[in-house]
Formats: sequence, C-alpha cells, structure tokens
Amino acid sequence: ASAIFALLPTKFNESILPGPHSDSLTFSDPELTVHKHEFIPFLLNFLRDQSSQALTHGPATPAKTPSRPRPSASSRGFPERRASRSGGGGSRGTSRVQLFSPTPSPGSESGLGHVSSPSFPASWSPASRPSGSERRPSQRISLGDYVLSPPELQKGRRRSGNGAGRHAGGGRAAHHADDNGRRTGRGGGTNEHVSPPSAGQLNFNNLEDFPPVGSSPVTPTPSSPHRGNKPSRRINPTPVSTDRSHSKPKMCFTSTPFTQAPSPPPLVLERPDTRVTAVSPHSLMEERELLKREKLGSKVTPDQQTACPETSKVTLASDLDVLAELYCACISENLVPNVFLELFFEKVHNCVYFAVKVLENQYHLLAHLDKCTLRLLAENERVASFSPRLRDRLSQAQDTSTAKVLSPSVSTFIHSVPFQPATDNRSNFSSDKAFHTFKKQRDIFYELLREWEDFHKEPGWIFDMALGSRIRGIMSQLTAAGNHSHFARLFLKQLVQMCKGPRVSGSSGDTPDADLLVMLGADGLGRLKRLEERLIQPHGVGGPCPPPSFPGHQEFFRDFLCQLNQHLQDSLCQQLLQLDEQVRIPPDPPRTSRQDEKQRFASVLLLARLLAKFLGFISFLPYQTTEKPSREIQEAAVALRSKSVPVLDVCGVLRNSMKHRRTILTVPWLVEFLSMLDFTGPLLLNYRVVLGTLCLLYRKMTLGRCSETSYLNRLLIVSVLGWLFQVDSSLRHAFIEENSVCGVSIQDGIPLVDQQLLYTCCPFLDEFRKLLAAFVSGSSAKGGGIVRKITPTSAEPQDAAGGNGERSQQKLQADLEQAFFHNQPPSLRRTVEFVAERVGSNAVKHMKATFVSELVEKGDKMLRDGLESPKANPSKLNESICAQLCEAGLDALSRATRFCCEKSPEAIRILLPDETSPAVLTTSENITIHLATEKACGWLSANITALIRREWKCRYERVTKTLTADSRKHGRKGHFTISQLNRIFSKDLLSVAVGPRMDEELPSGSRLQTLFRNVRDTLVLLFVVTLNITPPPLPPFF
Amino acid sequence: HALCMVSDATGCGKERQGHMKMKLSRAEYKEIVRWTEQLRPTRQLVSNDIFLPFSPQKRTKRTISRHHAPDVIESHYQRYEKQTQRFILLKSSKTFLLRQLYCVLHRICLFCFIFLSTASKSVLNSMLKEPSLIPDQTLAKNVYQCTVNDCCYGPLVDCIKHAIGHEHEVLLCDKLREKNLSFLDENQLRAKGYDKTPDIILEVPVAVEGHIVHWIESKASFGDDHSHRTYLNEQFWSYWNRFGPGLVIYWYGFIGELDCQRDRGILLKDCFPTDIVVLGRAAQQD
Repeated sequence: ASAIFALLPTKFNESILPGPHSDSLTFSDPELTVHKHEFIPFLLNFLRDQSSQALTHGPATPAKTPSRPRPSASSRGFPERRASRSGGGGSRGTSRVQLFSPTPSPGSESGLGHVSSPSFPASWSPASRPSGSERRPSQRISLGDYVLSPPELQKGRRRSGNGAGRHAGGGRAAHHADDNGRRTGRGGGTNEHVSPPSAGQLNFNNLEDFPPVGSSPVTPTPSSPHRGNKPSRRINPTPVSTDRSHSKPKMCFTSTPFTQAPSPPPLVLERPDTRVTAVSPHSLMEERELLKREKLGSKVTPDQQTACPETSKVTLASDLDVLAELYCACISENLVPNVFLELFFEKVHNCVYFAVKVLENQYHLLAHLDKCTLRLLAENERVASFSPRLRDRLSQAQDTSTAKVLSPSVSTFIHSVPFQPATDNRSNFSSDKAFHTFKKQRDIFYELLREWEDFHKEPGWIFDMALGSRIRGIMSQLTAAGNHSHFARLFLKQLVQMCKGPRVSGSSGDTPDADLLVMLGADGLGRLKRLEERLIQPHGVGGPCPPPSFPGHQEFFRDFLCQLNQHLQDSLCQQLLQLDEQVRIPPDPPRTSRQDEKQRFASVLLLARLLAKFLGFISFLPYQTTEKPSREIQEAAVALRSKSVPVLDVCGVLRNSMKHRRTILTVPWLVEFLSMLDFTGPLLLNYRVVLGTLCLLYRKMTLGRCSETSYLNRLLIVSVLGWLFQVDSSLRHAFIEENSVCGVSIQDGIPLVDQQLLYTCCPFLDEFRKLLAAFVSGSSAKGGGIVRKITPTSAEPQDAAGGNGERSQQKLQADLEQAFFHNQPPSLRRTVEFVAERVGSNAVKHMKATFVSELVEKGDKMLRDGLESPKANPSKLNESICAQLCEAGLDALSRATRFCCEKSPEAIRILLPDETSPAVLTTSENITIHLATEKACGWLSANITALIRREWKCRYERVTKTLTADSRKHGRKGHFTISQLNRIFSKDLLSVAVGPRMDEELPSGSRLQTLFRNVRDTLVLLFVVTLNITPPPLPPFF
Repeated sequence: HALCMVSDATGCGKERQGHMKMKLSRAEYKEIVRWTEQLRPTRQLVSNDIFLPFSPQKRTKRTISRHHAPDVIESHYQRYEKQTQRFILLKSSKTFLLRQLYCVLHRICLFCFIFLSTASKSVLNSMLKEPSLIPDQTLAKNVYQCTVNDCCYGPLVDCIKHAIGHEHEVLLCDKLREKNLSFLDENQLRAKGYDKTPDIILEVPVAVEGHIVHWIESKASFGDDHSHRTYLNEQFWSYWNRFGPGLVIYWYGFIGELDCQRDRGILLKDCFPTDIVVLGRAAQQD
C-alpha cells in the first residue's frame, strides 16, 4: 500500500477520502483504517480508469464502425429477444456504475441503500434481472466506444461535474481540443501525478501515470473526463446517473439493447446519494473491458497502427511493476470482488505491459483455465512479445490442462417423466375426477411444452398470448381437483430432466438435421458442435459477468412459472434441502471410486443449482419490481417481510454446510438462489448475514495458498461468488461490508471439481477464450495473426455405415440402457447401480487377493529357478519376469469379467422383488454385469500393471534378501555395526569376544560353535523377518 | 350373416401379412382418393385391403350433419311415411340423396321414431344394435336391412373393424413373442392403474431404426392426415408423455410425410419392423 501511495499524489488521498467518508454514516475507525478500506477500491478504479484511456483510441477510426454493429447486435440478440418475449422491454440499464462501493462502510445502512444503481430498466423481465443495469456495468464501455457516433459518444462520455461544461460543445473536435489542451497543459509528460488537479473535483487528472504514448492523437477525450468525474460524482451528487443511463446504452459490450428506454429522471434523482457509494472500483470492469476493447478494436480496425503495443514504448516500467505487484496481491488475497474479472488485460503499451505482468503473476489462476483459452493466450502475439516466459509457461500448461470445455454430451432425445403406477395411478388421487383431470393436465403440459419448442423462436410469438390461457386453465383445474402436488412433481421432474445437463441442447424442434448428426456419429456430432460454436462465437460473447439467465428449455419453465404456485415452491425447497443434506462428502474415498465420486458430485451439484435458481426465482418473483423502490417503500417492505418466514433458512443452510464441510456443494447453489434476489431482498436480515458470510468466505478462499488438488474446488467457489458479487450491485456492496460473522473456516477436502464442471457452472469463464479467439480472428485480418482453418469434411455414407456404425451402435446400446430404466420404478435403477458398484469393487479386490498373489508366487518360483543357474543376472531376470507377469496380468480383465458375470445376477435376483418379470430381471442382470465389468475392468486395465509391478518389486526384494542372506552364511567379508552386534550377540558371547577376565570364562570350542550356530540362525531369521534391513556383511571372524 | 362377414374379414388377415408396403406420399394418396371417390362403396370395399385406406367413411363424416337438421329429418320422415313398403329405406337411399349413408338413415329413422315415442338415446342405440327391440315391425325390418347393407357405419361395420383391429393386435403380439420381446398388453396395464394405455408396452425397450421404442400401438387402418392428427392428440402424445418414445404401426399404410416426429419420439411403420436392436444382445455378440 505504501508503494502505491507513494506513487499517488497526496492530493489524491485528500480528495478521495473525504468524499465517501463524509457520506458513510459512522466511521469510528481511525483514519488509517479508512485509508486501507479505501485503498483497494481506489486502486481498482485507478487502474481501470487509466486503462480505459487505451480504449478510446477506438472511435478515431471510422473504418471500423460499420463492422462493429453486427456483432454487437447479435450478441445482444439473444437476451434481448428473450427479454422482450417475456414481456420485458428488454431494456437493461446501462448506467455506468462502480464496481462496488468504495465505502466499506460497516454502517450497512449507507452501504445497502446506496448500492444499487440509480437507474433501472424501464420494464422488468424475468430474463434480465431488474438490476441488469448494474449487473453488467462491465459491458458498458467497450463496444460502445467503437459503435458510437460522435454525438452519441459525447453524450455517453459526458459527465457531470466539470465535465458538463466541457462537453457542451458537442463535437468531437471540441472534445479533442479540450482534452489535448488539458493534457498539454499538464505537461504531456510522464510523471504527471504530481501535478495538481485541474479542477477541484477532478482529482484523478493528476494521476496520469500512463500517458498515451503512441496514441495521443487518437486517444481522445472521454477517458479523462470520465476518469475525472468519478470523484466528482462522489462529491457532487448531481443527477449523473441520468446522464449515464442515457448516455451509455450503446456502450454495452453485450446484450444492452440500443433501444434503451431512458430511465425517468425522478427515479434517478430519488436517491442522489447512491452515487456516493457506488463510486469507485468499477475499474475492475474497465480493466476487463480493456482487453475486449483492444481485441475488438484491433480486430475491427486493423489499420489502426496506434493500437499496437510495443515493448519498447513502455514507460515507467518499474512503477508499473509495482502497480502490477500490488494489484496481484489484491487478487491473490481475494480483495477484489471478482477474481476473474482481473484477468482481462489490455491497454496500449503500458497497459499491455501491465496486463502481461499481472497475468504472469497470476499464472496459477490462468493455468486452471481450459486448454483452448490457454492456447489462444499463448499464441497471442502481444503476450509473446511482452513476456516470452509467460508464453512458454502457458504452452506448457496446455499439456496439463485437461478440460475439454466444449464437449456437451447431450442426450439426443428428451425423456418425458415416466408414469409410475406407484405414484401416479388412481389410488394416489382423491377421486376419479381428480385422476382424470390430472391425466388431462399432464397431456396439456406436454402439449404446451411441444408448442413452445416449435414456436418460441418465431418472431412475434409471445408466451403469455399463446399459452397463457391454457396454463391458467391447468392451474384453475388444479385448484378444483386438488392436484397441486402431483402437478408440482411432474413439473419439477420434467424441469430436471430437460435442464440439468451442462449445456442445454437446442430444442428438438430446431434440429431437423438430427439424422445427419446421427450419421456422423457421436464424434462427428461433437465436432459439429465445436464448429457451430466457432461459427457463432462472436455472437456468443455474453460478457465476463453475464446476468443470471434461463437458457434453453429453462425459459419455458420460467415463463410457465409466472403462474406461480406455492406447492411447487414447497417441493423445490424440500428437494433442494434433501439434496444438500444427503450428500456426504467422504473425507477420503478409496481411489477406485474417485471418478465416480466426482461424477456423482457433479450431478448433484448441477441439479441443486438448477433447483435453487428456480426456487429463488419463484420465491422472489412476487417482490420483483422493474425499478428500485424508493427508500420509504423499501423500508416498509423490509419491516413487512422480516415478519414472514423466509422460504429458505439460508443462514442455517450455510452454517450447516460449513459445519459439515460441504461448502463446495452448498455455496454454488446458494449463489444461484441469491442471484435471484429482488431489490429489497439483500436488506433482509438473513440475506444480509448470509451475504456477509459468503463474502468472508470469499476473502478467505485465497487461491494462491492451497494445494493443487483442491485448487479447482476453490476456484469454483471463488468464481461463482465473484459472479454473484459482480452481477448485482446490491449484492456487490456486501463485498465491502464488514460483517461480524466469524468462524468462517475453509476446508478443502478432496478434489471434486474438474474443469468440465467448473466451466459448466461458470460459463462466463469461457468468455476469456472467446475474447482471445475474437482477437485472433481480428488480428488475422491484419495478416499477422494465425488463421485457423476449418477443414471441410464430408460425411461419407460408406464410412458412416462402417466405422461409425459400431460407435453409433454403442451409443444406441447406452441409450437403450437408459431407456430401460425410464419406465421402471426408480428403486430398480438404484439397485442395479448399487450392485454393479459393489460387485465391480469386489472383483478388483478379489483379483488382488487371488490372481495377483498367484502371479507373484509364480514369479517367485521363476526367480528362484532362474537364480540357480550360475550366470544369472538378477536384475535382468527381474525385468524379464516382471514383463512376463504384467503380460499375464492382462488376464485379470477376463477373470474379473467372469467374476462379475457370476456374482451380479445372484445379487440382483435376491434384491429385486420376486414378482419382477423374467425379461426385466434378465435385463437388469445383464446391465449390472455390464456396469460391474466396466467398472472393474476400467480400474484393472488402468492399474493392473502398476499393481503387479509393485507387488512383484516387494517380493523380488524379499527373495533377493533371503537369498543373499543365505549366501552370506557361506562367509563373505564385511563388518557389523556395534548396535547390530548388540542385538544379536548375547552378553556372554560379547564377553567372550571382547576378552575374558579369567581363563575359566573362556568358552570351550563346542560352546563357541553352538554360539556361532545360534548367531547364524538369528541373523538369517532377522533378515527374513525384518525385510527392511539390508543384510550387512558379516564380521571378519565369521 | 354378420358372423360370416367377420370371419371373412379375419380370414383375409393371413393374406394381409405379406401385403405390399403401403407408405404413400401425400400426392399419391390424394390422387387415389380422387379416383375412389367415384366408386360406390360396397361391403367388399370395406373388407378389401386395397380400398380400406380410402373407405368413404371419412368423406361422409362431413355430410352427416346435413341430415341431422330438423327439417331434413322431417322430410325424410315424410318420405318414409308415404311409402309403407318393406325396405323402403334401403331403396330410397339408393335412389336419392343418401347413397352411402345407410347408417345415417338409421339414425334418421330413429329420430323419426322419437317423434312417435319418447325413448332415451341409449335405448335408441340399443335398438340400432338389436332391431328386434323396435316395436314397429316395419321399421325394425327396415333398420335391420340397413344394418346388413351398410358398408360404412353401423354395428356390423363396427364389428368388422373391431375384428380387424383385434386381429392385428394379436398379430403384433405374436410377432413380439416370436422375437422374444417381453411386453405388457393393454389389459395388464389397465390393471396396474395406468391412465392411458397403448396396445403394448415393452418391458425392455428396443431400438427400431435407431430410435428407442417403449410402446407400440397397432392401428388396423390407413394413417391419413385427419386420422393421424386425431390419434396424435388423443393417443400418441399421451403415450409419449408417460412412457417416452414409441412406435405406431399403421398396418394399412400411411402418408409418408406424417412420419416426421421420429426425433421427437413417435415412429411410424406400416409393418412389423425388421431392424430391431435389443439391449445387450449386440454387446454379448462382441
């Protein structure tokens, strides 16, 4: 901290401190702590601001303007469409908001109240959370800078405070002049931070540590005013927010519609003090944006020479180093709200230098990203030129990175919820009428689902108009017949069935070429998906911190839910808690089941997240408002709502989870739940507490200091929490709020998270890769980049019939297996899986106990036989025997298979009901055999060789020891150590050996012989029994 | 007589098994319909494989309501009253307006009868099935004649259709047993309390042409646009909603274009499928 303060002018400190503090209610801390509190937000803001300069070179090149809009539109397309469909105007406030409040005020009153952004979208849509404006502050600048036409830009950049006057001119030229003038006035040099601020409010102006070296002509205006008025805003709470919300709509990187409805001024003015807290640290975002901007910028404007950073142009490298170090420390200590945001870098020259430095420093974080990202990063020419070392490390990391992110294993057909007589037949209903009503409801539900699949992407199709009346019909029938719980169960099961998977497949309605895909086989399908991914990549950029969304089929369920239902909430809640509690994370599972454990965990986690999101959605739906309610209303709401029992005892859940060491499961789903909070939600006591706890947890979760094994566990928690804090400003504030909740302890436990799961839970991590990819494609336009060719392959029917035939057969078998369980009672599946697991495990144990030991015995004999021959070379013999044993060891697979075939049916037959029909029984047996064999052979084929080697090595050493011991007794030279002698020789022998005191003590020859014989026997015995003692040479007198 | 006809119909079953494939394109179907419309329906038409898909039944549905209008019924009745000969209904229907609509005539008769007596609808229906219950001898004879000669509607035709349907269900079950596929039939399902029951549910699903099949519905008719749409809404989707993807066999063929829901879980065939993949069997062969 002292380092950075040294860098900064004293003026700055003065200016930044009074602002927020005067506003925050109570600050009993001494000023020093205030400084500390302030420091991080400030640092982040500072960096962001500085780097934001770099992006401003964009607008100068008109050439790019035409190309820009398209990606922007497309990237916006999805959320926007969704939003509008669901009745929202799709408008997402784009007001520029600070990352988090600079006031880490424990006085939560100010903190809480101020957090949310001053402006809100005109209409709320479930898709875009109401606070979308704040949730995506990060989107705000980058694109817009290129897209905006000058007047817009100006408007966008306009700031209150002194900025207003400056921009009144309206033309960009004016901007330039103004800015340049200022700049030159300040001296245009490098060390400007000492220079006094040009205006009282513009304290930041003197912080020009990064003068726009190469790009000064192009690096225009907005940055400095923009920078400048952050503090000004703090001090001078004029309706800046209006300004922002109006001004920046097009600057969103993604998903901010152009047609943003201006937020009504009153709203903005409502709480002018908001700004006070919502000030500084959005620099994080900017930092991040920088990267995007640069990439995008250079992509679109290949001719823009000035944007190319060069190492040689870096100035003040040492200062930058200090900054970078400091910054990294912040990241490492989880002092920033979202660790991943910090990975985005940019800025011409200095920025790049800085960014690369940071990246280098935070290498461990990068190393856990997926392979593709790493490759792109390693191939990034800027990284290469600025830090070859980082590039090399990245290239290395690629090899260890295991994640294949784009491998969605989406089942090709969607199951319905099976009819189970045990729960669904007439006896489960109160009357015939109820039974038949539910029959109809089930059919209508699916009819609606199919209709939604078919039409929801068509323009002009509105959920409520098309399906609303029928849904209401179902609901009213429910009331009539009292079928709520049945329907809730159906709904929930279907939801889980369709949406649990990692990537939501496109609705089956838009896969007319499924036949083609089938022809291509599973592999071809994967490749096709990847291709699709690449082709739509630029469109798919959702920003580093996308707002919570309901992708794919989830949308249907969400819209359906708008006719909400308490019963559904009940079953959601119950199922969720059950799920959370039933999972016992074993402290150290046997290695054989690690992978299973991981899979099971991933499945539970994904399910819990899905359920939690929907629970959060319906729980807070009644409270959702399009705009932030006024303070009075909010206070009233808090008072009112604190009386009612919250749907979920979040604090208790979290506490329990920490106690039982399963935060790795609980936190991700809790985050999903909390991301659905309405405006007032975070003010309620229990949510406040839980947010505070999460925040503490987050800070303690430092990634730098944990073992490699649990790194991904932590990374998952850190990134979901980071997303939560980032996505909603009202939650973000919690990050700052010092909470007195103590006892947050972190347990790492066993590695449960892999990259696949990490990326599934945090799809926004993928943005990084997309960005880099976009950069590559952009720079390739310049001719310097790497063009990845998409090699066209044709599907050959011949080949499909042959090579792929087998593969598709396997897939079909797997599908059939799943289908078999579909219409059977769930207990059947559990039984089969359980038995398979046990039998498989037993098979492995059995092999270890019988087969392997037999093999070792065999090897023992071979070794002994081999050593008999005079020319025997023990080590060669050892190797050859080992090789033979390993080869013979492969037989274990067939033996294990036989074991499974024998044991599985017995167990299944005993465990399934007697009434099970023969066909079902046989199939269950076969599936069990198959699963058990797969498990056993999977383990054995991977480990049998190592196992045999290990066992054999043991035996070999033992045998050789025995043999050497045997041979030694025939007299070899050497010596004993005293201690060993002591152990072996009895006292009397020693006395004899060392020297008798009198003649009578001299042992007779026969007695000596007996003694020696005893000693020999003892020695041999000793070597055999205690294997670890290397047989020492015998003493000379032997 | 009726029994004879039924056995007649089932007798043809044997031949049908090896019958030609009847998957038509929509255009072909329309072309054939255009020609068969000119044919006068006979009982043979109903029980004959070739014409069954194009039975006039579907066409006439559209015109039935026309005869239900009170004034039309009144005029029919008048006509009936005037001619007190036997079999007048049959004759008159041959000569004018109703051509194929014998059964509609039944109804008209009975409507007429309602004018005279005040019988309930169920009583009327039972009278249709059993004309001897009709007190008026002449009318009873007329109705009987109509029943026997009607080739589109009426108890006899229903009986034939039912027999054909049943025959194909039996055929399906035989084929399944032959293939060693274990299944539950409709009755077993109903006993278990299922609310919707396809003809059979496979205890162990199979894959037909690469598509998973949980249930099979047998339809001893031709799948045209109208009937398929109705079946989809009332039956097939309901089955899917409960049991997952399945197979529909239209033994008398169907319009090829209708088989477009394969990926969504409804597969159409016009015969018992040959390309069946069974769980585990392939794996065991390996």
